[in-house]
Amino acid sequence: MANNITTKPLEKKKKLSKKGQDPTYNKAAGPPNYSVIAESKEFKSLKRKKSKFILPITIFFLLSYILLPILTSYTTILNNNAFGDIAWVWVYALALFVMTWVLCMVYVRRANDFDKEAEIIFEKEKAGDYE
Amino acid sequence: MNVVGLAFFVGIVGLTLFVTYIASKRTNSASEFYTAGGGLTGWQNGIAIAGDYLSAASFLGIAGAIALFGFDGFFYSIGYLVAYLVVLYIVAEPLRNLGKYTLADMITARFDQKKIRAAAAISTLTIVLFYMIAQLVGAGALIQLLLGIDYWIAVLLVGVMMTIYVLWGGMAATSWVQIIKAVLLMLGTVLISILVLWKFNFNILGMFTEMKSVTANGEAYLHPGVKYTNGLDTISMMIALVLGTAGLPHILMRFFTVKDAKTARSSVVYATWIVGIFYVLTIFLGFGAAAFVGSDAIIAANPAGNMAAPLLAQALGGDILMSFISAVAFATILAVVAGLVLSGASAFAHDLYGQIIKKGKATEKQQMNAARLASVGVSAFSILLALGAQSMNVAFLVSLAFCIAASANLPVIIYTIYWKKFNTTGALTAIITGLVSALVLVALSPNLWAADGSMAFTGEALFPLTNPALISVPLGFLGGLVGTLVGARADQRKYAEVDVKANIGLK
Repeated sequence: MANNITTKPLEKKKKLSKKGQDPTYNKAAGPPNYSVIAESKEFKSLKRKKSKFILPITIFFLLSYILLPILTSYTTILNNNAFGDIAWVWVYALALFVMTWVLCMVYVRRANDFDKEAEIIFEKEKAGDYE
Repeated sequence: MNVVGLAFFVGIVGLTLFVTYIASKRTNSASEFYTAGGGLTGWQNGIAIAGDYLSAASFLGIAGAIALFGFDGFFYSIGYLVAYLVVLYIVAEPLRNLGKYTLADMITARFDQKKIRAAAAISTLTIVLFYMIAQLVGAGALIQLLLGIDYWIAVLLVGVMMTIYVLWGGMAATSWVQIIKAVLLMLGTVLISILVLWKFNFNILGMFTEMKSVTANGEAYLHPGVKYTNGLDTISMMIALVLGTAGLPHILMRFFTVKDAKTARSSVVYATWIVGIFYVLTIFLGFGAAAFVGSDAIIAANPAGNMAAPLLAQALGGDILMSFISAVAFATILAVVAGLVLSGASAFAHDLYGQIIKKGKATEKQQMNAARLASVGVSAFSILLALGAQSMNVAFLVSLAFCIAASANLPVIIYTIYWKKFNTTGALTAIITGLVSALVLVALSPNLWAADGSMAFTGEALFPLTNPALISVPLGFLGGLVGTLVGARADQRKYAEVDVKANIGLK
């Protein structure tokens, strides 16, 4: 357990950044040129893909979520039984649980794709394409 | 308290102190203290997030609420869980990419101004304070019941323990206390759930049929509306739950304990699975308590229903299971308050002292001293407040904390990451509008006002909802919008930097 509390590589990284002695770091390159990257077509395309993924799903899950108290407060349709004595309101609630887990996994899969595209931007930045 | 019970308590306290001792040898820099050096793995942080999140209010409060109010109690479980999608989709990765120790770090990554840092720190401290008093008052009442000791001794006991964890072990110890607690809590909950199911012959349909007749509410017990009859109030509460989590300082702080956005992401996934399974099981805890303890006995032990889970454990597994569950509840409280102390201390020592007073030039030693001093200060202050707040309604304090988090923190977080035109004035007005409107609306609400004198003040409440999120969250967003429109133009170069960092983590 003791070894897990802090991992070695990080301690190393911290030390390096503090002293600025990282031998692999090319000083002449300076900090990334964020303005150029932000305007690059790779970054813009990545951002577009991200918003097209995140925005509709966020709206979807927030609406499906808030629909539950709206339905239970102003109608009684969810009080009808779905299976035996289990009313639809429990089914709806459980569906929200399943939705959360599914969307969680969906996010991770998509985010891994985004990571790959971000990796390309890292590479190009390192190669000096955004100066 | 019997010998077995005492053994459970001593065991848990001993284990957590041992972890603190190990962590203390490594906790010698501000980064170690606040974020365990950013060295936690995805699963470690995921379990710790679950441990931080599944507070006594979740474990004891929801079990009791479902036992007494049926489906209406389950609303909390739904809200607390779906909130993780907001955290995962909108907040977790950009936050990890931009911040260092605190929420204020993340916002000032874009707007580097003292007044914004101060506003973010004050909103953090306000949330921590309300949440902390809720946990300590709840803890005091609970331990008083469980161990048969006085309220003030109980609060002091919890207070001293949390101070020890944080003071010596910092974030590393706090995280491990949270991990230990989350594992114990899941074990206990699964065990009780299996016992409950066993009693119902593992027949879920049969369980629902039986639940129709075991409570005084009859069939209505299985339908919404037993407790929540005001539609707008229910909707408002649900908004606070789903949006509040993504603004809770002690949850946000957990994302700085991992090395990058990818790990932050995987920790949310672990947390979502654990928290989700736990909240499904709250159905069995609640139904079991209603069926095998009975609402009269639950209310007799504690009017808010907080004793439902321990009483159910006693009914199912006798004194040994009851002792185990009580010890788990104790660990639960310790883990959550320790996390709160840490986030409060970071707002004080890192934001207010380190960055504003010392202008970011404090030495490592000064930072550590300030962090430790602030931890003791935050602990002592909340212990004092909790001692005086014994009669306050705990559920109200928790929902208030969620409401402030959703109204004051979430709008500014979202604008900072996603809105190009957002500016300094907007950041300031978003935080202040959200914070002030939540506080003022609660002060005018039926939580404090009742015509019959049953609340703190006698008179009609000027604001009708018990939870103001329905109004205060949109006000927080509106405040940021108006502030941005009247303020000076945003620095586009700075946004480009924030945009790139937030999205791909390029430093």
